[in-house]
Amino acid sequence: MLELQHVGFVAEGEKEILRDVNLKIDDRFVAITGPNGGGKSTLAKLIMGIEKPTSGRILLDGEDITELSITERANKGVSYAFQQPVRFKGLRVKDLLKLAGGKTSTISEACAVLSEVGLCARDYVDRELNDTLSGGELKRIEIAMALARGTKLTVFDEPEAGIDLWSFQNLIHVFEKMHERTQGTILIISHQERILNIADKIVYVKAGQVEKYGPREDILPGLLSGNGACKALTDKLAHTKEAL
Amino acid sequence: MEDLFKTDLLHQVADLDALPVGAYSIRSNGKSAMLNSTAHIQITPKTDKPGIDIHVAPGTKNESMHIPVIINETGIKDCVYNDFFIGPDCDITIIAGCGIHNCGDQDSAHDGIHSFFIGENSKVRYVEKHYGTRDEDVSGKQLMNPTTIINLGKNASMDMETTQISGIDDTTRRTSAVLAEGASLVVHEKIMTTGDQKAVTDFVADLNGANSSCNIISRSVAKDNSHQDFTSRLNGNAPCAGHTECDAIIMDHASVLASPQLTANNVDASLIHEAAIGKIAGEQLIKLMSLGLTEQEAEEQIVNGFLK
Repeated sequence: MLELQHVGFVAEGEKEILRDVNLKIDDRFVAITGPNGGGKSTLAKLIMGIEKPTSGRILLDGEDITELSITERANKGVSYAFQQPVRFKGLRVKDLLKLAGGKTSTISEACAVLSEVGLCARDYVDRELNDTLSGGELKRIEIAMALARGTKLTVFDEPEAGIDLWSFQNLIHVFEKMHERTQGTILIISHQERILNIADKIVYVKAGQVEKYGPREDILPGLLSGNGACKALTDKLAHTKEAL
Repeated sequence: MEDLFKTDLLHQVADLDALPVGAYSIRSNGKSAMLNSTAHIQITPKTDKPGIDIHVAPGTKNESMHIPVIINETGIKDCVYNDFFIGPDCDITIIAGCGIHNCGDQDSAHDGIHSFFIGENSKVRYVEKHYGTRDEDVSGKQLMNPTTIINLGKNASMDMETTQISGIDDTTRRTSAVLAEGASLVVHEKIMTTGDQKAVTDFVADLNGANSSCNIISRSVAKDNSHQDFTSRLNGNAPCAGHTECDAIIMDHASVLASPQLTANNVDASLIHEAAIGKIAGEQLIKLMSLGLTEQEAEEQIVNGFLK
């Protein structure tokens, strides 16, 4: 279980990004949503240890991990799929998948996770993670890395962004399979109604604070109807619906 | 002969753990140690200066030759001239390379001047690796100054892979090429410098023939207080295509000067240069650390991948 206690984050320049965030997360799928610039990605970075909170504590299964490094958190079972995947000149897809899978992972395991994200392993394992891969391909490889790790907590930052020619249904299937395997928690930052629809719980973050947190049935109708203070989201949802 | 394999130098520079098949010339501590010709590849020692002449018979295909140089004594200053005369319609691989292990306080140096005369329609793959080590408590340096002079005949091609693995304190690497009609040259250079090492690379290619092409790709990593100086000049003297690219990672207090230069003397010369120098991107480190690697392990993975 992941727990955030009174977590605050003030960025350089003294801009307050997050204020007094309190969350207990131990469900299967938890979606974090809310307007852009509200602090969602910062929250994900605090969980992975990429940023350290300026106040409060973060606990994983009861252990205080607030001061632990990225590496230490990774080894305790936290994974993070970037919103914008990183390119590496010279490192191949199989190199990254092997690093993700750990020392004992095999090439056939690397191929298996690529298939799960809809990429033909034969065509991709030897490709470099450089500019020759499209944004959508990189995004799927990023998701495959999280699958290869299979840790008890995985944070996906807008996994649907840039996924081309690959249906949401497949993405959701990947999350379901991942849960089957890890029996852990999958935390997904998303604006997409179809992803919010599979969440057990939804966290609504706005202006650096958790404005709402609860079961999907309680939170989602409010977000979609435009009741309350979330016009930005409903506009965005309406817009993406039109686009689909 | 056993002495040649006493250190791992031949393994490091030419992947040799035993004498190779085919033609070879192994030079050790400033002297020719072993030499073997084949039916199509004749290697003869020069009589006027140190070095060898290599004659490859026309039409020789799928053959290789090894010409590594090793130095494991201190204070050796070796300068050698190797001339390659490659007949038309050949397809061969040449593995060169130099390894120095310094066990004393005097500098050991190797200057290899390789000249290639590559006949019409011939294909040559040329691989050279440079590597140095020294005993812990000695102060002698390892110095290398390789010069490569390439003459490519009509429709001839050369693929050159040149790698400075590690341990060379000071080096000036000069390569010059002249390309005839339809000739093609591809160069992949990889260099890593550490400590107070200094590496100078200087490429010049004259694209004299119509439809000739040249592609120079350099990747380098400069660590600690090392300095690298990369110059590459393409002279487009005919309708031709040229591309030169220098991509460097700098770390610690290192410095890199990248200077790609193009000269177009023909309106149909199409020439491109690219140069990029930068530190390892923070997000690359973060990504690998989020997979469970320490910062140092992440750095090693990135550098090794970059120079692979």
